[in-house]
Amino acid sequence: MSDNLKVTVDGIEVEVEAGTTIMQACEKAGAEIPRFCYHERLSVAGNCRMCLVEVENAPKPVASCAMPVAPDMVVSTTSDTVKTAREGVMEFLLINHPLDCPICDQGGECDLQDQALGFGGDASRFEDNKRAVENKNMGPLVKTIMTRCIHCTRCVRFAQEVSGVPEIGAIGRGEDMEITTYLEASLDSEMSGNVIDLCPVGALTSRPYAFTARPWELRKTETIDVMDALGSNIRVDMRGREAMRIMPRNHDDVNEEWLSDKSRFVWDGLNKQRLDRAFIRRDGKLVPASWDEAFDLVESKLNGKGNKTAAIAGDLVCAEGQFALKGLMDALESPHVDCRQDGAKISGPRGNYLFNASIAGIEEAGALLLIGSNPRLEAPVLNARIRKRYLAGDFPIAAIGEATNLTYETEFIGAGADTLADLLAGKQSFADTLKSAANPMIIVGQGALTRDDGAAVLASAIELAEKTGASFNMLHTAAARVAGLDLGLLPGDGGFDVAAMQEAAHSGALENIILYGADEIAGASLGNAFVVYIGSHGDRGAHRADVILPSAAYTEKQATYVNTEGRAQMTEQAATPPGEAREDWKIFRALSARLDITLPYDNLNALRAAMYESAPHLARLDEIVVADAPQTPSHDGLGTDAFTYAVSDFYFTNPIARASTIMADCAKAKGARIGAEGTGTDG
Amino acid sequence: MSVRRLNEEQPSEFAFTPENLSWAEGQIAKYPEGRQASAIIPLLWQAQKQAGGWLPEPAIRHIADMLDMPYIRALEVATFYTMFNLSPVGEHFVQLCGTTPCWLRGADELKDVCRKMIGEQGEITEDGKLSWLEVECLGACVNAPMVQINDDFYEDLTAKKFEQILNDLRQGNEVATGPQNSRRASEPEGGLTVLKGDK
Repeated sequence: MSDNLKVTVDGIEVEVEAGTTIMQACEKAGAEIPRFCYHERLSVAGNCRMCLVEVENAPKPVASCAMPVAPDMVVSTTSDTVKTAREGVMEFLLINHPLDCPICDQGGECDLQDQALGFGGDASRFEDNKRAVENKNMGPLVKTIMTRCIHCTRCVRFAQEVSGVPEIGAIGRGEDMEITTYLEASLDSEMSGNVIDLCPVGALTSRPYAFTARPWELRKTETIDVMDALGSNIRVDMRGREAMRIMPRNHDDVNEEWLSDKSRFVWDGLNKQRLDRAFIRRDGKLVPASWDEAFDLVESKLNGKGNKTAAIAGDLVCAEGQFALKGLMDALESPHVDCRQDGAKISGPRGNYLFNASIAGIEEAGALLLIGSNPRLEAPVLNARIRKRYLAGDFPIAAIGEATNLTYETEFIGAGADTLADLLAGKQSFADTLKSAANPMIIVGQGALTRDDGAAVLASAIELAEKTGASFNMLHTAAARVAGLDLGLLPGDGGFDVAAMQEAAHSGALENIILYGADEIAGASLGNAFVVYIGSHGDRGAHRADVILPSAAYTEKQATYVNTEGRAQMTEQAATPPGEAREDWKIFRALSARLDITLPYDNLNALRAAMYESAPHLARLDEIVVADAPQTPSHDGLGTDAFTYAVSDFYFTNPIARASTIMADCAKAKGARIGAEGTGTDG
Repeated sequence: MSVRRLNEEQPSEFAFTPENLSWAEGQIAKYPEGRQASAIIPLLWQAQKQAGGWLPEPAIRHIADMLDMPYIRALEVATFYTMFNLSPVGEHFVQLCGTTPCWLRGADELKDVCRKMIGEQGEITEDGKLSWLEVECLGACVNAPMVQINDDFYEDLTAKKFEQILNDLRQGNEVATGPQNSRRASEPEGGLTVLKGDK
């Protein structure tokens, strides 16, 4: 028997692989099957019964999501039996559903609403009292109205399978079955927001978004997320100038259809703590100023002091802005430029700083070694991909770093660089595991590179990859970083890196520092330097600044970001920058004109043309351009210190997240959880 | 059946006694490595016995830890099966069958006895001796009406007989289990009607 089977759906013959479900075969034949519990990225539950179809010679309708096709099966999705069956299922589902659509946040984007309209009957024959269910606490992100629950268990399966934090369950049974977390603890997952999308009804909705807007009054802009270096595809929903919510978009090679909580719920940070006009420091206080006044001051400080001026690019900034900054610094003849504000010792060809195996490539990997990386906090969606591969089986995972729960079985083989040296010397058996596996992977985190011996760690990891035949992958934490490295925002000849800049600022060797969205540097470390802050939020950088030039956040400009695997993607403008804030590149262009070193582009297209000339792969949107093979950089030898991870405070990694009260609530809930665990009274 | 919730007051911790622990380990050893979760029901049952007829929340966690299961999975099992009592019960826990055959044979009168002697369902008498719950069919319809008290069936009850049993249990007197109308097991009432020999 061949692997392909012939199936007839509504008179259309399709050929499908053995093991395909009837539902998939129907979809292939173009027949629409209604469903609630079935989700293509989750296991099959088969408990909603909405997907019933008629199969010839079967005694009764079958659940198409759970039944594999058989040779020469004849399926009908349009017969009277199917119509009656669907109406019956829908009538039962609606028996205990409150029909409170007018006050339900799911209204307008509700599967139950849509399918009741499309496949339901016209009336219910149920005359008794409806069931009512107590609402459950699931934390600051997920609001529950459990009376609306139809028990599809998608959220339970998501928590168990994808997020790897099996905290949601169905207690009780029959009519009294209830979805809850253990003792109503808040969800301890970085991906919990996805259950809101998965819920086909209004039982799990977004708590921060509750009662604020209706889907049809929102303007939807498809763009790219910058909360981590993954470049998750998102949709920003705006009402007027205000961001109301952020939803994931499907991109099979990047985020599938998931989104981390930080990316999803950071939207209130876009509306808070905004820099909407220029400020200058007078008598130790920041006072509002016009662009002209601000530029006057910057001009007076920077003129003729090109080589005493340094620039640091931050974590959320775009490629265009960084290119313009680099252009400005080149024109100022200053070699002091750095985009690695965390001090990561990254150098060498493009292959040295990319996730070379690609995110989707994780699924083909045969073994994995994590070096100083905690992907669960650094890129939760990527972590879900590793877990997906882990669940497929036969995937040994080892990590060097502090032992932590990554949601999959991980062998922590050591804490620091000495273990890496052991691996290289062949004293650690996991090197053999890597060698014998197909497509082994090594992932290096930023925490391992920001140390003094970061260059040595990078070199050792590359060497280990070469020795074991593994792919070398770097997991970045900043959305801006790869573009910055691509565009060469690194110290030139005799230039200072971030650490040297701070010393130079103290010694007086540097007089001016331009912080372009760089907020992770302690203000005091910049000495008496004159600090120009260009950014969107009043955060650490702005507090230290002598001049603030307000710029656009990631939702307010059309800009290029390159994710950790080297995929260039372009954001779309969902709103205009607030007040007098301007797009980043325009600020550098205007400043260059003031300094009589006018940058050679007057519009975004001209800037992009110049940028594509210096980094052609940025023009190839949504493509991964294969990078040059990694090369071991020079170094001063490995240390022995234990690795620390780049992200410890998941909810506060950048200025937008720190401005968000939702993120603060999440951190509080998390803190309460940890506290409770500490006293042993928590579930 | 109605919504079942964990009791509000819970002991601060739970641990198996040494004997129960070694028994539990024996149960776990019945299942292959990685399938320990299969032992959840016997372990919950033993914990319920040890805790005096009900399952405290710390016991659910304790067992989940023993079996390397998420707490919520263990809670799902404990709340699914009605044989697990989530609130304390009396020393003699009466499960009164109210399903059709027992009801036709006078279960309502037995309920009245319970209400009179114990109180409403779920309540425990002040001396801690008795509590009762109406349950679905216990499979002894031939001897209806019946109740189960702890591990024993008491069948062919009348209100008077039942009251007597409850009184005796409360005072610690010996009580006969099984049918209470002097028939043996489920033999016909009033002696044999068939198979009496050659006639």
